Amino acid sequence: MGIYREEITNISEKSTEELFQFAVTDDNKAEETAYSNYSYWRSTWKSFLKNRLAVFLLVVVFIIVAFTILQPYFPLQKSPTEIYIDEQTGSQARNITPNSEFWFGTNSIGQDLWSRIWAGTRTSLFIGFAVALVEAVVGITIGALWGFSRKLEMPITQLYNIVDNIPTTIVLILMSYILRPSISTIIIAMCITGWVEMARFIRNQIVILRDREYNLASKCLGTPGYRIIIKNLLPYLISVIMLRMSLAIPFAIGAEVFLTYIGLGLPISEPSLGNLINEGRVLMMSPDLRYQLIFPSIVLSVITIAFYIIGNSFADAADPKNHV
Amino acid sequence: MLWYIGKRLLQSVLTLFIIITIVFSLLRLMPEEGYLGAAAEKMSPEQQEVYLTNLGLRDPILVQLGNFYGNLLQGDLGKSVTYRTDVPVVTIIGDKIMYSLLFGLGAVALSLIIGVPLGIMMAHLKGRWLDRLGTGYIVFIVAVPAAVYYLVIQMYITDIFHLPMLFDEYNPISWMLPLISMALAPIASYAMWMRRYMVDELNKDYIKLARAKGVKERTLMFSHVLRNAFIPMAQYLPATILFTITGSIYIESLYSIPGMGGLLVDAIQRQDNTVVQGLVLVFSSLGIIGLILGDIAMALVDPRIKLGKGESVR
Repeated sequence: MGIYREEITNISEKSTEELFQFAVTDDNKAEETAYSNYSYWRSTWKSFLKNRLAVFLLVVVFIIVAFTILQPYFPLQKSPTEIYIDEQTGSQARNITPNSEFWFGTNSIGQDLWSRIWAGTRTSLFIGFAVALVEAVVGITIGALWGFSRKLEMPITQLYNIVDNIPTTIVLILMSYILRPSISTIIIAMCITGWVEMARFIRNQIVILRDREYNLASKCLGTPGYRIIIKNLLPYLISVIMLRMSLAIPFAIGAEVFLTYIGLGLPISEPSLGNLINEGRVLMMSPDLRYQLIFPSIVLSVITIAFYIIGNSFADAADPKNHV
Repeated sequence: MLWYIGKRLLQSVLTLFIIITIVFSLLRLMPEEGYLGAAAEKMSPEQQEVYLTNLGLRDPILVQLGNFYGNLLQGDLGKSVTYRTDVPVVTIIGDKIMYSLLFGLGAVALSLIIGVPLGIMMAHLKGRWLDRLGTGYIVFIVAVPAAVYYLVIQMYITDIFHLPMLFDEYNPISWMLPLISMALAPIASYAMWMRRYMVDELNKDYIKLARAKGVKERTLMFSHVLRNAFIPMAQYLPATILFTITGSIYIESLYSIPGMGGLLVDAIQRQDNTVVQGLVLVFSSLGIIGLILGDIAMALVDPRIKLGKGESVR
């Protein structure tokens, strides 16, 4: 009542005509009445910032991504694919342990491991981000429709079963036969098969929630289906979606390691974490060459751990019950 | 419910038909050199032509498809072409299936017995030392590529405990390491999801009410929270159990277990069409049945979930 006090006290000064005019909506005044500055995402962000470790790792991830992009432009960088020749013997500089010239040493054919690792991280992160993004957008959209709409349930179940059961190997072999193995081939193949798992996951969650009373209530009030999905169902799932997304990038890298293992990965000329780890795996047996496996594994582990912990604390922060 | 499941099963037959037809067509797009393998050098073009004609690859595609379905209806999956020449596909799969099934079921059982309780305890003691220890384990499993830690286990653990490096059917001790290695990743994944669902469930209002009215913590954990948290897990269980027969490529090649692990990839790379078609038929049937059973399991655990059209208000 406070803001209208003026009008009420001045009521006797107004003429009869003025009293019978319609009131005009005044947005500024409306804001002043029932205004709370609660915003879901801002509160989530605030609670996320309370977790020091997760914030630190977020900065680390940011630095790693920036560094992999900028690394080739720094001084003293070698080419990741050039085979270096030892000046004294005239043969390839093989398996040199880390020194001032080759910071992480060289591999079995004399390529610089330091620049290979960063080039590989660049490739793998790019694949991971691309696949995770497609997986999220396509998977969540189709999964939500699949779980919610009873009309679409049968056709999407069909589609899921078909896409899920055509072996990726055949798709990959055919694609590399048509297009040559390359980064885009791997990304396309992983996207074709990647979204189905995400869609099934979202669909299961929605099937669990869709028949609860509050959704029936919305339905009775005539809320359209898409609003129920966006406003009632998906906010409920933010924590599990976050956890899944935080693992999407490491899993994409893992899938790439696996594809390299069965011989369908990227060509050797295209360094990636998958390639490097597979090259290193062969050298596990010889202790003095083990650094060639350890370095790429460390980079991969740091990225994975960072994403997992960030995702988990974000999932905790996303629960409005923890908001102040 | 029964009506709904019947409809789903009828649909599955159509789905299977589509999958097999697509795979069949994709296989016919493969380059022809693949069928000849190493022998391609020695053959003259005429001989190659005769060989391919004998394989039936020169018939019109619809005739090939017709023949395949005709044999399938008589329960004949055909004979292997390049993988093990002239051995029936059923025999090839039959020889390998038991190994993968036993190891797979063992690993699933082990990971459920360890993983689910671990996740429950982690949610219960959130932020305490067990939670941190479990998180550390999960992070380790996710961060280190499977190919690497499998190899480390095989190299070092066998060394320390003097265990056999390779699988031996008649020596039960040699079964341990493959089984444990296979269970490591699912343990982490069950613990991780179980913890997430439990933590989300514990934040809900009815838990506060139950605590306020003095329900014992143990009753609360097991009869309220666990049942609700287990619903999403229930959907995947049947599929996981059925899919144990596909085997694990890494483990089976490391310990030389004659299982199904690399069979599909091998058969595809050698372009053994009949074996690939047989395997796709088996695997996709399992996948489809797994999805249906998963939905039934979910509806059984949570009575609020309605599957069929007739039972819901919508």
